[in-house]
Amino acid sequence: MSDADALDILSVASGWRAAGEQVAIATVTETWGSSPRPAGSQLAVTVSGKIAGSVSGGCIEGAVAEAAMKTIASGVPQLLDFGITNERAWEVGLACGGKLKVFVEKLA
Amino acid sequence: MTPDLLAALTAARAAKQPVVVATKLPGGEQMLLPAADAAPDLAAAAARALERDESGTVRLGEVDWFLNVYNPPMRLIVVGAVHIAQALVPMAAMMGLNVVVVDPRRSFATPERFPNVTIITEWTDEAIEALAPDVRTGVVTLTHDPKLDDPALDIALKSPAFYIGSLGSRKTHAARLKRLRELGHQEEALARIRGPVGLNIGAVTAPEIALAVLGEFIAARRNSPLGTKSPQSNV
Repeated sequence: MSDADALDILSVASGWRAAGEQVAIATVTETWGSSPRPAGSQLAVTVSGKIAGSVSGGCIEGAVAEAAMKTIASGVPQLLDFGITNERAWEVGLACGGKLKVFVEKLA
Repeated sequence: MTPDLLAALTAARAAKQPVVVATKLPGGEQMLLPAADAAPDLAAAAARALERDESGTVRLGEVDWFLNVYNPPMRLIVVGAVHIAQALVPMAAMMGLNVVVVDPRRSFATPERFPNVTIITEWTDEAIEALAPDVRTGVVTLTHDPKLDDPALDIALKSPAFYIGSLGSRKTHAARLKRLRELGHQEEALARIRGPVGLNIGAVTAPEIALAVLGEFIAARRNSPLGTKSPQSNV
């Protein structure tokens, strides 16, 4: 099923890794309220700026990608919290008022 | 994620095995489940997550584990390599479903008409029997021809398939139920067949009918009220 494969973030990420890119994977581990993507949703990002998949409706991808650069550099995974309050939610971009945790790891 | 874990995960998924990647939070220690050396509570939590088909974080003792579920794709068996199937099959594939087309008429069931999917040209009852629909499989018949649809439905009704649909008007469907009754199927079993098939969205064209069928398939899968089968709910 080639179409399904195209949507498979891990396959995309391991393809990038095999091609010599430095890759991090971000995964939604927990959600509360009206978060747009369920736990298990993934985003892959490379140092060269490639990006695939999503962990939200697009609102926190920038912040996650930034954190991913740190994890790639240090090798240390991170557990990120987004959307603490409704007002704060605007700052990190979670306009929906939802909350979620995102685990960021390097693809070794 | 280590290269070893990624390789094991990729192999398991290629073999269509249901697996879970367990990640200890926040440290990031990982393992692939099921595994012989897994702690019993973690193994049980992973089995439950696979069963529910839902990734999430669980607390075991004092430790948070994120369980990422990798179930094999759900399957849709399409009986009838007809015009509507030509819309339904690519749309279902785009949803990530494992799609199988069954039609003994080789002039219809061609790779030109259905690229990149499994095509089976056996007689429909033999094909469905061999495919052995499970609880993650849907079967939809589209041929309008009792010689092809009925044997497929007969076998599908004896399987645990979670979704069984059959294209045809109310009149066609009533006649179909009568024939299946004569084959010995009870009312409770016959009530599993969604016919006329698909959500009632006023679908007219082939892609619209495909959308109605896939909408109903998802609603049934996710236990949405729309997916609850009742004679009034669809047209």
